[in-house]
Amino acid sequence: MTAAVAVIGEGRPRQARGVVLDRAFEWLCFGAASLLLTALAGVVISLTIGGWPALAKFGPAFFFSAEWDPVAEVYGAAGAVTGTLVTSALALLFALPLALGVAIFLVELCPARLRRTIGTAVELLAGIPSIVYGMWGLFVFAPWFVKHIQLPIMMSVEPGSIWERLTAGVPNGAGILTASLILAIMILPFMAATLRELLLTVPSQVRESAYGLGSTTFEVVGKVSLPYIRTGAVGAVMLGLGRALGETMAVTFIIGNAHGLPTSIFASGSTIASTIANEFAEASGVLHTGSLMALGLVLFIITFIVLALARLLIGKQVHG
Amino acid sequence: MSASGSQRLSRRVGNVAFLSFCWAATALALTALAAILWSLISQGVGGLELAVFTESTPAPGSQGGLLNAILGSIMMCGLAMAAATFVGVLAGTWLSEYARDSAYGKVVRFINDVLLSAPSILVGLFIYGILVAPMKGFSGYAGAAALALIAAPVITRTTEDVLRLQPVSLREASVALGAPVWKTIWAVIWRSAQAGMLTGALLAFARISGETAPLLFTALNNQFLSLDLGGPTANLPVVIFQFALSAYDDWRRLAWTGALLIAAAVLGVTVLARILAREPARS
Repeated sequence: MTAAVAVIGEGRPRQARGVVLDRAFEWLCFGAASLLLTALAGVVISLTIGGWPALAKFGPAFFFSAEWDPVAEVYGAAGAVTGTLVTSALALLFALPLALGVAIFLVELCPARLRRTIGTAVELLAGIPSIVYGMWGLFVFAPWFVKHIQLPIMMSVEPGSIWERLTAGVPNGAGILTASLILAIMILPFMAATLRELLLTVPSQVRESAYGLGSTTFEVVGKVSLPYIRTGAVGAVMLGLGRALGETMAVTFIIGNAHGLPTSIFASGSTIASTIANEFAEASGVLHTGSLMALGLVLFIITFIVLALARLLIGKQVHG
Repeated sequence: MSASGSQRLSRRVGNVAFLSFCWAATALALTALAAILWSLISQGVGGLELAVFTESTPAPGSQGGLLNAILGSIMMCGLAMAAATFVGVLAGTWLSEYARDSAYGKVVRFINDVLLSAPSILVGLFIYGILVAPMKGFSGYAGAAALALIAAPVITRTTEDVLRLQPVSLREASVALGAPVWKTIWAVIWRSAQAGMLTGALLAFARISGETAPLLFTALNNQFLSLDLGGPTANLPVVIFQFALSAYDDWRRLAWTGALLIAAAVLGVTVLARILAREPARS
């Protein structure tokens, strides 16, 4: 083999080496990409296997029961699932208008000189680790919130009305509403950054035509820019929702960590992620560990659906 | 002032209200950032003594620092970054250079996007299931694996994005000179994209250095200084979590100092990444 190659020419062996390495390199890259796919499949499989003892024992009741009692070994996911959905929905409710405001400010209103600085500041807010949000929420935000918002509200509601039930709770600042507010602060910068990117894709001719017809900024944004980006904007919102659903540390600090269905906006509660974070390391017994794994599987399914929709919608917008 | 006049007035009022709301929203976001930074500084700077960097975490009531946690975090993040960069760069290269429009490429790209924002606590559960439970023990290696699984999708995504920006003519020029594809990628494309790829790696590092949830039941914690990643390993985020929720004032003070250190590191790296990327200012 070597002799034959040597007859043909000097360049040939190097050429062959290049081709072999080409294949090897491509396979290496392919392997790395497939590893990511395997990882996601592994997450699903390991959660399913780990959660199987609990799912097999409790059956469908696992999803509908809100009882979570490690002593009696009875576990149900409904309390944590409700806590997760309620806090995320409230966080989205607070954060979405603000995120839109910030994005529109950065694109339409901000003086050019400040644009980069403020944009970076918003991104820094997104970069702060969630455990810092948790500490800040528990030690700084919650006491302030109790003093200036929670107590005045609890004092002013009419006794016996539905509002009293909705606002009942211990005024210590830890609860569903404070957790939602901290979550809102956390997802605000993510959504603002994505919405800003989307707003920048609106062709300037379209916007300028609208301005040229005498529209105000409000009308340009509301009737031209937002309709133009609406598909992607829904995706951005879902992306923010996905973050809120899976957020762990900040919520664990401040939600109060009580099992069962939340009874009012100031009551303590729990989310799937906070329950796992609190109990997994100390979980004893196959059933407890299995129930936590099954909770994880539920969280995975919820976030997977939300994130998949988000990606599809954003992808549609960006690629036309 | 007829109907058209009042209409003009209501349009102007609506516009002013809308603009004020946008200003207020931005002001609120910036206030939140300032409030968080201020808390970190006012609560954390006081505890910033030399002992923080030279002594390990104390028992309640005694003097100590965060040395074991800082070292553990650095070791796990370093190991995680090495693994994640290797996998992420290759996977991103495959998506950009070999599988731009293939069906399998689309699936991998989609899965990577899902991994990118998947709840990090689930990554912790997964690593617990495949590493901690079978090996019957928490370990720094498991912690590093969890962090790597969080960093890899970030690096994959940024690598693919940056490589796609490289002009086709660059690839053609290299191939025309007789370079095989791997050499074109290795010596031309990667080199021309290295600033962007470095930015991606820095952002991934910023992301994992503050991650707490996946470490809770992989690396766990260790009260003592240990350079062995084979056993439970101390790390800043978990120490902060435990100390902040403790009843001891000196532990809480250390938690704030640790939070300040982590936030400073994360924000510093993020700013560095921004400067490196230096996206051209949009008008």
